[in-house]
Amino acid sequence: MHFPKELRYTKTHEWAKRNGNRITVGISDYAQKEISDVVFVELPKVGNAVQQAKPAAVVESVKAAFDIYAPVSGKVLAVDTALESNPALVNQDPYGQGWFFEMEMSNPAEWDSLLTAEDYEKLLKQETKH
Amino acid sequence: MHYHPLTSQDKQEMLKEIGVSSFEDLLKGIPKKLLNPAMNIPEALSELEVQKLFLELGSKNASTRSALSFLGGGSYEHFIPAAVFQIIGRQEFYTAYTPYQPEASQGTLQAIYEYQSLITELTGLDVTNASHYDGSTSMAEAALLALRHTERNKVLIARSVHPHYREVLKTYLDGTPYTVEEFGFEPGGAFNRSEFIEKLNPDVAGVIFQTPNFFGVIEDLEGISDKLHAAGALLILSVNPVSLGVLRSPGEWGADIAVGEGQPLGIPMEFGGPYLGLFSTTRALMRRIPGRLAGLTRDMEGQRAFCLTLQAREQHIRREKAASNICTNQALCALAACAYLTLLGKTGIRELGELNLDRAAYLRAQIAELEGFHVSLDVPIFNEFMVKSEKPFSQIEKKLLAEKIFAGIPLTKFYPELKNEFLVCATETKTREDIDRFVEALARC
Repeated sequence: MHFPKELRYTKTHEWAKRNGNRITVGISDYAQKEISDVVFVELPKVGNAVQQAKPAAVVESVKAAFDIYAPVSGKVLAVDTALESNPALVNQDPYGQGWFFEMEMSNPAEWDSLLTAEDYEKLLKQETKH
Repeated sequence: MHYHPLTSQDKQEMLKEIGVSSFEDLLKGIPKKLLNPAMNIPEALSELEVQKLFLELGSKNASTRSALSFLGGGSYEHFIPAAVFQIIGRQEFYTAYTPYQPEASQGTLQAIYEYQSLITELTGLDVTNASHYDGSTSMAEAALLALRHTERNKVLIARSVHPHYREVLKTYLDGTPYTVEEFGFEPGGAFNRSEFIEKLNPDVAGVIFQTPNFFGVIEDLEGISDKLHAAGALLILSVNPVSLGVLRSPGEWGADIAVGEGQPLGIPMEFGGPYLGLFSTTRALMRRIPGRLAGLTRDMEGQRAFCLTLQAREQHIRREKAASNICTNQALCALAACAYLTLLGKTGIRELGELNLDRAAYLRAQIAELEGFHVSLDVPIFNEFMVKSEKPFSQIEKKLLAEKIFAGIPLTKFYPELKNEFLVCATETKTREDIDRFVEALARC
């Protein structure tokens, strides 16, 4: 499994990539493996406000449906429409073509509350131990 | 092995735990005179006596078998081939429930899949679920779908939609942040277009029309779907499935959701139930469809197989986020509809529609000739229509009932402004002689 150093992560297994105040959101390599084959992604509406740690999207796999939480608060700027016809991109390229949405961060202080790749990997090790 | 849900020892332990010495102590708060009151019930009867008693009681009801009925208003008398009852009575099929275990229920699942395919073809949409309780609950679920999908908070509904359906919708939305607003109808019974346009605003999630509507009028929905889609709202149509052999389908009207009462499809009137809620929608809204859905797939050996599908929408997986928390359906009634439609076939459903058009048109033309009764001849109808009487309708109803004729449904209890107006229906079950007998009886009123 692979966790790019330049990204930040959440306890709920989303990743966030920062470019100024613009944040791109997806789910981690660990998450996509756990939920297995993704069959559908319900993306947020562009322009909608999202809140940190509140559901922003839904991903449905052959196993079940899961909420995807916003890593930070802000407004949705764009969504990955490629997922509508090809949801398997989430499994094939979780940090690239399998991104979910892009948002504008309203409170940059929230960024610092996110986990680094190192912290996230530690968390995963603890979780898998239990 | 004996099965004891609660042994006397269990009871003693529980009583001790809460500090009470006996079960009777728990009832102390109830006044003595209310405890174990003497019940005034008659002596027990033998099975033979019970059968006689109930036959006697039952014979006091006048059913459509013993009377000539012109009642419609959401529940219709149609001819049902005996094969329908034969098929649904088979023990392999005789359940109201949708099975979860595909390995044990291929037959039932296939029947549901075929029912879905038939309704999808009738409505001209993309996908149909395994059914709801009845037409009113289907319609309420459609409203909820529109509200969630658009993230708006208001539903607009025509007053020409069945009054009971509008009541059910209000019940479903009671206690939610969602509201319902109604728009009226023209004197002939068709919806009021200018009032509808006036009330359409960016808060509106969806608009509900019924066609043929409660007054029997076929609504002109030209341009409605374009207008709604431009406003970001969904078009929900409640339809009579039997009319779809001759009338434009919801798909052709550009509807996003089609709902309707499936009772006309091989289900007896039976004093109001059990009935069948039809629900079809587009591919775009497929993931939001409430209730069960049977799908076609292949098993491990590559053979054709049926199973429930898209279950991630459902309450046993998504709990509070489920598309609906009522997944119970009417599998047996859906099977009756499936058998009925299959027996009718493509030409049969069209012929049935033509017969209904013909009988109702004949009856309307005959009543138009009568003194003291008024009908609008210029509104398009399917199998029922409104009649205005100069005399109080209650008198007419009583007189005809004495001749074992059910004259129609009085409209004043639903629409106080429609005094002495009543709804009359004639399906394929009414012969020309039946209609002439009815008209002749009306003429004597």
